[in-house]
Amino acid sequence: MATDTVHEIEEETIEQLWDGGDSPFKSEYGKLMMWYFLLSDAFTFAGFLIAYGSLRFSMNAWPLPDFVFSTAPFGIENAPLIFVTFMTFVLIVSSVTVLRAVQEGKLENTGGVVKWMILTIVGGSIFLGSQAWEWTNLIAVEGVTIYKNPFSTSLDDGKYISLEEAAKLNPRLQKKSMMIDVHTDEGHSTEQLAYLYDKDKDQKYFEKFDHHFFHRTGDHATPEVKSNEFVKGDPYLIAYQNGNYFPGAYQITGTETVMAEEMGPTAFGALFFFITGFHGFHVFSGLIILLVIALNTWSGFYAPRKNGHVMVEKVGLYWHFVDLVWVFVFLVFYLL
Amino acid sequence: MGHAHGLSPEEQRKEDLKVGKVGFGILLLVTLGEVGVALIGNGHLIEGVSLPALFMIPTMIAMSLYKAYYIVSIFMHLGHEVGGMAYTIVMPMLLLVWGVIAFLWEGDHARHNRNFVKDARPAAEQPVEESSSDTGMLPDDELSKKLSFK
Repeated sequence: MATDTVHEIEEETIEQLWDGGDSPFKSEYGKLMMWYFLLSDAFTFAGFLIAYGSLRFSMNAWPLPDFVFSTAPFGIENAPLIFVTFMTFVLIVSSVTVLRAVQEGKLENTGGVVKWMILTIVGGSIFLGSQAWEWTNLIAVEGVTIYKNPFSTSLDDGKYISLEEAAKLNPRLQKKSMMIDVHTDEGHSTEQLAYLYDKDKDQKYFEKFDHHFFHRTGDHATPEVKSNEFVKGDPYLIAYQNGNYFPGAYQITGTETVMAEEMGPTAFGALFFFITGFHGFHVFSGLIILLVIALNTWSGFYAPRKNGHVMVEKVGLYWHFVDLVWVFVFLVFYLL
Repeated sequence: MGHAHGLSPEEQRKEDLKVGKVGFGILLLVTLGEVGVALIGNGHLIEGVSLPALFMIPTMIAMSLYKAYYIVSIFMHLGHEVGGMAYTIVMPMLLLVWGVIAFLWEGDHARHNRNFVKDARPAAEQPVEESSSDTGMLPDDELSKKLSFK
């Protein structure tokens, strides 16, 4: 049925137009529906990311991404954004391989489709594995959960002080101590750790140290209690071990006031895990769909249809979308 | 479907490979550019050099938008679809322009409001002594007598 010009359409009756067979978007039904699903999914992600922006704008202090995401596997530290750049690279590569799979599908080359889809599955798996490591590090080592966030930026100019100095400045603080687990090269042991306690505020004050204090291995065998100055806006991480947080005591510059590091905005942890988790879930379901379509292609299921492996094109659209969302997750969480 | 320009499969594959390679190069370069701006801007790469946020933020947003445009237009092939269809995808997205501006504005306003209250009454955010069971079902005039702010 030719409907290419206005003239021809006018000649047809309404009934004929409703008979079907016309394709004004010149697109297959399932592909079109995949596009509209992706449109709605884009709004879901946009809602999440806008919530992040809105909450961030509503806080006086917010963790700095290049301070938070500066750890990588194999003990690499102080390498801002390096690991997440690797993850982004993997996702770009998998986006190109799925593009190749779609292109080979249009050439009806079954073997090529399967090859490139398997490479895409490998890429997606590496990405998911990297994200699993990132989550594990944040939750277990640094103590970020959806309820607690030890990362923040300072709201004062100040200087970390020892417990003696703090007790001198504020005699109201009670001297206490607690037992902590320490992991060293030799093995596990328990040590007594002194702290000051403010009964009115239910606030503990520790000397400033990082989590290597509890895990003294290799280069970090002799931990040093940090005592240095910082200015407003400097990032910090409250030490964490086995569910306990150890906020460092500091003195506000030019005053006699002793403060303990405040926990960062809770929203940061919740948003991070929900947004990257929602994206990771998309990657995971994408892997399942890729696997199913790859098996179907391999079995020769689509070859007799001679429709250019349009199912491969649909899963390709979905996978590109996952990459597209990562562009914005990467921008909002890691770059800005 | 694949033979839009009457190319043989071999010629088509050559074209396809070119699209893949160019796309990979562009996405990789722009991503490295973004990370470079972030790292140099925050003073991690070159000692003593940092960039103003007023330059960094728009640059990184523009680069991300370019990546998004490239993925949608070339990789997802939307640039080659019928114009009407492309518009049904792209036009609804314009709502997000309003969404971003409105909600960031609102968030910023919430911060100003909270700081204003804190400055006016420094301890207002500390918990009051009453539990909710004390004040839960009281009439308004009783409630005002019960509530106290530290």
